Amino acid sequence: MARSKGRGSQEVNAGSMADIAFLLLIFFLVTTQIATNKGLTLLLPPKQEDDKPIEIKQQQRNIFKIQVNSADRLLVEEEPMDDVSQIRGMVYDFVLNFGAPSDVKRGAAKVSDKETYNSLPASMKAYINRNLGTKESSDGPSEAIVSVKADRGSSYEIFIQILDELNAAYNRIYGERVGLTDEEYRKLNKNDPRDKALYDKARSGIPKAISIAEPTKVGG
Amino acid sequence: MKFKKKTESNQDIPTAALPDIIFMLLFFFMVTTVLRETEIKVEQRIPRAEQLIKLERKDLVAHIYVGAPKSEIWGTEELVQATDAFVDLDQIAQWVNEEKYKLSESERDQLTVSMKVDKETEMGIIVDIQTELRKANARKIMYAAPTKSKDN
Repeated sequence: MARSKGRGSQEVNAGSMADIAFLLLIFFLVTTQIATNKGLTLLLPPKQEDDKPIEIKQQQRNIFKIQVNSADRLLVEEEPMDDVSQIRGMVYDFVLNFGAPSDVKRGAAKVSDKETYNSLPASMKAYINRNLGTKESSDGPSEAIVSVKADRGSSYEIFIQILDELNAAYNRIYGERVGLTDEEYRKLNKNDPRDKALYDKARSGIPKAISIAEPTKVGG
Repeated sequence: MKFKKKTESNQDIPTAALPDIIFMLLFFFMVTTVLRETEIKVEQRIPRAEQLIKLERKDLVAHIYVGAPKSEIWGTEELVQATDAFVDLDQIAQWVNEEKYKLSESERDQLTVSMKVDKETEMGIIVDIQTELRKANARKIMYAAPTKSKDN
């Protein structure tokens, strides 16, 4: 039986398609810049009306001081420190200290420290009762301020490391408060009403008070 | 010979699926791509960080780049590049206003300034920029940083 010869491939020759696609691909590979709109956010204080710095009438115990000299050496709460990653735990303890929680309602949400304390989950309350609550540390989260004072000669790298640690501490607090890890907390989508509610719940009464102090020119 | 060799099949690798694979890659890059609008004229070795927040509205971001210039024509001192041009510190406020003017009126206060800073930069210049931004009432800032991998 004679076989039909005209049964050759009916496909369109797609061999050069790959070449065309490669060409386009290489173009996009070269021009691409994967969008990295990610970073550490910070809200600066409002502008000073005159050059006189505002006197901070804050108790020393309510300020967690981090100083960096021009050789990138750290002074945390007046103690020298070599390991930046220790700051995370210290700030966590500092903010959640509740040394003398007040009834005074503060901030935009009008939440007092005592209400903040009562809204915390049981595991955090237990941790606070067991380990924290000293009179030497902060009165409550609404009073607690973390102050970073970097010398003009210190490097940006160490500053970012410190800022990263501070954000880690706060994100851990916020996350734990609503039963998330810090990573899950960071990924909350503020456009989603359910996520936004969690986000607001986590933040109410615990302001992220990171202050970048004006550096002095002396030291190191 | 009675038995014909059956293993005379085609030895070519089938490449029909190749365009599909390439197209898939192509679409990935097309979707993630941002065409470079500005040429960055300063060194950018940005320190990595862990606790990153992703900004949702890309159009509300203005970029400042700080670092030592890439070319010696501009010297070796760290310079500030705002969007596409070098600026002096006292020009930053004006630049902020220009950036704000590009936005619609209701969104002007939501402008975020993204700072991409080389890790060797000294903090003095950063603080000066921040002081200028405060004067210009651009208080939302972000230190852009790539993600730190967990293992180091």
